[in-house]
Amino acid sequence: MKLHEFTAHELHHKLVNKEVSATELTRSVLERIRSVEENIKAYVSLTSEQALAKAAEVDQKIAAGEKILPLAGIPAAIKDNMCTQGVRTTCSSKMLENFVPPYDATVIEKLNAHDMVMVGKLNMDEFAMGSSTENSRFFPTRNPWNTDTVPGGSSGGAVAAVAADEAVYALGSDTGGSIRQPAAFCGVVGLKPTYGYVSRYGLIAFASSLDQIGPVTKDVRDNAIIMNAIAGHDSKDSTSANVKVPDFTSFLTGDIKGMKIGIPKEYFAEGMQPNVKAAIENAIKTFTDLGAVCEEMSLPHTEYALPAYYIIAPAEASSNLARYDGVRYGYRDVQAEDVVDMFKGTRSEGFGTEVKRRIMLGTYVLSSGYYDAYYLKALKVRTLIKQDFDRAFEKYDVLISPISPTVAFRFGEKAGDPLSMYLSDVCTIPINLAGIPAMSIPCGFSDGLPIGLQIMAKAFAEGEIYKAAYAFEQATDYHRRKPNL
Amino acid sequence: MSIDKKVVEHVALLARLKLSEEEKEIYTEQLNSILGYMDKLNKLDTSNIPPTAHVLPLKNVYRDDVVKPSMKREKALANAPVEVDGQFKVPKIV
Repeated sequence: MKLHEFTAHELHHKLVNKEVSATELTRSVLERIRSVEENIKAYVSLTSEQALAKAAEVDQKIAAGEKILPLAGIPAAIKDNMCTQGVRTTCSSKMLENFVPPYDATVIEKLNAHDMVMVGKLNMDEFAMGSSTENSRFFPTRNPWNTDTVPGGSSGGAVAAVAADEAVYALGSDTGGSIRQPAAFCGVVGLKPTYGYVSRYGLIAFASSLDQIGPVTKDVRDNAIIMNAIAGHDSKDSTSANVKVPDFTSFLTGDIKGMKIGIPKEYFAEGMQPNVKAAIENAIKTFTDLGAVCEEMSLPHTEYALPAYYIIAPAEASSNLARYDGVRYGYRDVQAEDVVDMFKGTRSEGFGTEVKRRIMLGTYVLSSGYYDAYYLKALKVRTLIKQDFDRAFEKYDVLISPISPTVAFRFGEKAGDPLSMYLSDVCTIPINLAGIPAMSIPCGFSDGLPIGLQIMAKAFAEGEIYKAAYAFEQATDYHRRKPNL
Repeated sequence: MSIDKKVVEHVALLARLKLSEEEKEIYTEQLNSILGYMDKLNKLDTSNIPPTAHVLPLKNVYRDDVVKPSMKREKALANAPVEVDGQFKVPKIV
């Protein structure tokens, strides 16, 4: 196996045992990027020099006999909506094409304290709006398992990079499924943490009550290690939860005997591809064989989650994106003659079509005369959806479901019909509305394309997810498979 | 509820967006289609349900009112599209 193919925990052992150096490891990843990136296009920016400089620092620490943290010297990449001081952060948008943040996001500060070796910033759907990464203003990212298909979105670059071994792990963000759906499409492990567990300070905002940063990894153990590093209260984020962070790796026991697993029937709608259905049913059998008790149940308000989300998220987005006015940073329409024209020109030229569509939608539902009918109604429906989950978790430890009714689709297949694109998030969106955590893990393949299983738990119960996911992973070998590049 | 071009133009103005005639047509059609899908929500009786704007039971998260250093001016200006004398320059407002 080549160095870039290993997991973070495997590489940590190699570093500590002085089998490899952080520099060799970083070189291996950079070489891998050079070799496959033309075909994948996961990266918006590469930070090779800084990465090698950091790796050299870590090597010096090791040589000096210092103890290193689990993520030290491990090459990682970051979705391009998290502020990295001195490194261009674009949200894959023309609006921020040349924006260089003067500060680091809290998650970046935390990973830097772990001596992360950051190799670059990853492509995404513009401002995290999309489910295929086709909305990137720069270029689409390709699915490493079949480059005619999309990697999913909006964290397409993150999952493609990890699947293609162009990074050992990545950070993505998830507002309506943007970590989980692409993780499923590219056969990697992606967690959306409980809302409030990971600081949003420095995450360029899309929908403030829904956004969460989470780890994208090759296996469940790596995911737990990164969660350990990034979770925790942050006084700079007033929506950050003041809860203690456990050692998530302590849940990786492999023992799930007696675990009560609910299977919400509403997540198995028509339109599910037969191979996806078969893989999920197989997964249920695996959990049963491992000693869990699996039972069909109901989340009755599921079908209302998508329309509620597509009112709430665009509404919040229209507010968050109002700051892009060309005054203090980002793109500016310099031809404009008065300030209102400057705002209009800046925003019309700086934003892409999907972003503008969502701003329009959000502005409309919040405007006078429509606020009650749409936005307030959606917030009440959100309560009903959350209550469904609260009731479910009184009885069950976790819930499992498909991530997506289909595997990765072809480029252009859904791009022409926005509503059809929105429908691909039907299994992931309710989770964001309720604020609970959920993970996607690989559970099968269909004609060479990965299938993802969703595992949900109640708020701050990521431990249950890690328990279930690890047991499943260790009983299968999907996480060991790699695309043919 | 369906929206027509006039509503689209009003919303575009609120959002400070400039749309071409073609974009106005496309957005009118697409927004109507999306909003039609939202009508599903009207099937639900939510008369006694409180709204959830935020999932965590957080309220009024304040820090102590203590003066701390701000970002240095040069850093704040570093991404300015047009900067003059340590200020952001914009076209005339009034």
